[in-house]
Amino acid sequence: MSALLEIQHVTKRFGGLCAISDCSVAVETGHTHGIIGPNGAGKTTLFNLITGIYKPTEGAIRFRGESIAGLRPGRIALKGIGRTFQNIRLCKELTVLDNVRIAFDSQLHYAPIEALIRLPRSGRGEQRSIDESLRLLEPFGLLAHAHDRAGDLPYGHQRKLEIARALALKPSALLLDEPAAGLNTGETAALTEFLRWVRGEFDVTLVLIEHHMHLVMNLCDRITVLDFGQTIADGTPEEIRANPRVIEAYLGGADDE
Amino acid sequence: MILAAAAASSAFSGWAFYLAQQSINALQLGSIYALIALGYSMVYGVLTMINFAHGDLFMLGAFACLLIAAFLPLPFVVILLLVILLIGLLGALIERVAYRPLRGGPRVSAIITALGCGLVIENLTLVNFPYAQRMPALFTSTSYQVAGLTISTLQLLIIGISVALMLGLDFFIYKTRYGIAMRAIAFDARTVPLMGVPADRIISLTFLIGAGLGGAAGMLYGLAYPVIAPSMGVLVGWKAFIAAVIGGIGSVRGAVLGGFILGGVEIMVVAFLPSTYRDLISYSLLLVILIFKPYGLLGRAPNQKV
Amino acid sequence: MKPFLAAAAIARWPLPVLIAAGFAFTVAAQYLPILNGYTQFVLITVGINIILCASLNLVNGYMGEFSVGHAGFMSLGAYSAAIFTTKWLPATPAAFLPAVLFGGAVAAVIGFFLALLSFKTRGDYLAIITLAFLMIVKSTWENLPYVGGPRGITTAPLTTLPWVFAAVVATIWIIRNLVYSKFGRAVIAIREDEIAANAMGVRVREAKILAFVVSSFFGGVAGALSAHATFFINPGQFDILKSTEILVMVYLGGIGSLAGSILGATIFTFLSQALQPLGYWRLVILPLILVLLMLFRPRGIMGLRELPWFLPRRELLIKRELYKKP
Repeated sequence: MSALLEIQHVTKRFGGLCAISDCSVAVETGHTHGIIGPNGAGKTTLFNLITGIYKPTEGAIRFRGESIAGLRPGRIALKGIGRTFQNIRLCKELTVLDNVRIAFDSQLHYAPIEALIRLPRSGRGEQRSIDESLRLLEPFGLLAHAHDRAGDLPYGHQRKLEIARALALKPSALLLDEPAAGLNTGETAALTEFLRWVRGEFDVTLVLIEHHMHLVMNLCDRITVLDFGQTIADGTPEEIRANPRVIEAYLGGADDE
Repeated sequence: MILAAAAASSAFSGWAFYLAQQSINALQLGSIYALIALGYSMVYGVLTMINFAHGDLFMLGAFACLLIAAFLPLPFVVILLLVILLIGLLGALIERVAYRPLRGGPRVSAIITALGCGLVIENLTLVNFPYAQRMPALFTSTSYQVAGLTISTLQLLIIGISVALMLGLDFFIYKTRYGIAMRAIAFDARTVPLMGVPADRIISLTFLIGAGLGGAAGMLYGLAYPVIAPSMGVLVGWKAFIAAVIGGIGSVRGAVLGGFILGGVEIMVVAFLPSTYRDLISYSLLLVILIFKPYGLLGRAPNQKV
Repeated sequence: MKPFLAAAAIARWPLPVLIAAGFAFTVAAQYLPILNGYTQFVLITVGINIILCASLNLVNGYMGEFSVGHAGFMSLGAYSAAIFTTKWLPATPAAFLPAVLFGGAVAAVIGFFLALLSFKTRGDYLAIITLAFLMIVKSTWENLPYVGGPRGITTAPLTTLPWVFAAVVATIWIIRNLVYSKFGRAVIAIREDEIAANAMGVRVREAKILAFVVSSFFGGVAGALSAHATFFINPGQFDILKSTEILVMVYLGGIGSLAGSILGATIFTFLSQALQPLGYWRLVILPLILVLLMLFRPRGIMGLRELPWFLPRRELLIKRELYKKP
């Protein structure tokens, strides 16, 4: 089976600081891949490298066998990589519906001039974007809020909306940056089930950064552990649980406190 | 044959003298631009905000000098210090009243407010001085002939004061506690105040110094080109803004560099081309530099946290 | 965009009726002694200002950038159209429409290049670039003897009230179509969070260029109309103060709102006429209003809200359906 997303020997330096050094991760199609590691291990940097916000200093990033390192973020998104952000980044002044429509719009193909003078193709496209976006909101429990300002939603709903928005891109890989941050145990369990459902329903490969071990161990097929920008372990949840280096990276830090 | 060579050589030396003479003028204009540009750059460095009102504070410096000289027969140095103090306080006051309430809000609001404040200052001056004013000569300037070049005490004084102020500022920013705090805030405006640096006071101080230098520049400009009008805030002040951008806005040394470059370019344009091309060439130079060095000659691209 | 929710059910039929009646009235005013010359001139100014305000709103409101160069586009449109009617073709009403479109097109082409240039930098630098652009345009006319240098050129008074009315309706319609299309949503998404917009596959550059080009086109159209509403134009008319006037209108009426633009331009024009006797004090009061607006109501009267008349029917329908559900 070929890997959907391959990160090969990637290094990212900011000035003298090496945020990621010689990191390699392979995400298989259909898998759910967890990325864990202590704070500051470079997990979010890795996401930013994949989605084109940063360019790798060295190394290659391949998506479906095609090199995407150095492409602009918009291009990478259109190739089928959706993401959420650690600190939620919704368009706060827009409605919930319009937030989803923005991502859906990449599937509308009408030219500027058709929009400006309202030729039929733009109207049909707009109607499709409304219908499909509303349909997408329903299973997320957001339909009733479709016309609320996104910034006014409660925190949990904002997290869900971010996922819905990323799915509107119809991505083949969805990168989730700490989806369970700020949730309590019950909510985290619900999220686990929800992500399981998303994975099946939208046929999407999930890559997630998470600190809730329970969620990661339950959901992931494979886990990569980062520490100080380096891959220190890679394997199935069982292997990771038994790996002495991982235990040291986590517990070693805990001992100091 | 020999005659032709002699003629050519004298033509060449005439041309060289002309160039040298213009270089002195360029140094004078450049030092004034640099002084004003410092104010733009310091404020941008600390608040990442374009203080569009700064050019008008420069203009007020000239008018403040005019008014003080008209009513109080004070020595030159005292007038200069008074102008620096007055305009500096006004700059800090504008920051306190108009900019501070908007801090943390959309950045566009702050720029618009600054633009509005500048126009209010300009047009309030225009209401009181509808016609261009003649600046009194504060002392009698004598001209010296050095190697065939003419240089006046006024020119020497303008260049000398400007350079002294710039060196003083450089010392202040790199060597004193307040200067270091200022650079720290410019580096990271969110974290540094948490470490006990009194951000509000440092920002007020930045405006005080920046506006004060602008006021001094206004006074020197008025002495060098003694017809002053409210429109010079836009006509000259915004040129200095270009200088700051060319040098790399936010960079203090860049502002000085940009000031001298722009002064040089403008004087040479006027010396060799119709003088009406000056604005056209200055602003085009700005665009060209932004294409090749988007953050100016000594500026750095801002870091962005995701 | 947040519409007036309570008014979501507002009837739509009065809008076409109002437009037809308005147009009929402006035509009638050409033949019947309903409006005197001064009133007509003020109304023409209102119309031109609405076009300026709505088009700048696209960049400064919807896109959230800060351009101070709108007077430059106006200047480009004014001069291009004036050259068209005074030098190339006889100044007849038949030449007017092509002249106005030509003015808009020239402004749009320059707007396109300015948009490209703005990608090299970010944030406040757009203000710097547009400022330089404004000064360069002004200085170019001043140095061109072909268009009379600093003294400017005499134009033919071809702009009439019906023309302006039609231009206003067309402008608002086209800008509305843009705003409520995928391109408009992209522009707003960029304003809200450019990084998130990118991650959602928004074609940022395409959206920015389109907004810029449309904005400068209508800036040029407004310039062309204003050039032919008076008897002469000169480079000094289109300076930073003119740009500031347009900014005041935008931020007075409300950013990101077409109803706000109409409101802002109308209030501003009447206020400005009323302040005429104050002479230079007018120039103090106008920017002062801008400062006070920024301090106390930075989003203007309408502030991102929109009158349902300016929303496409489709957008209103989903609202109604959603509110029917419990």
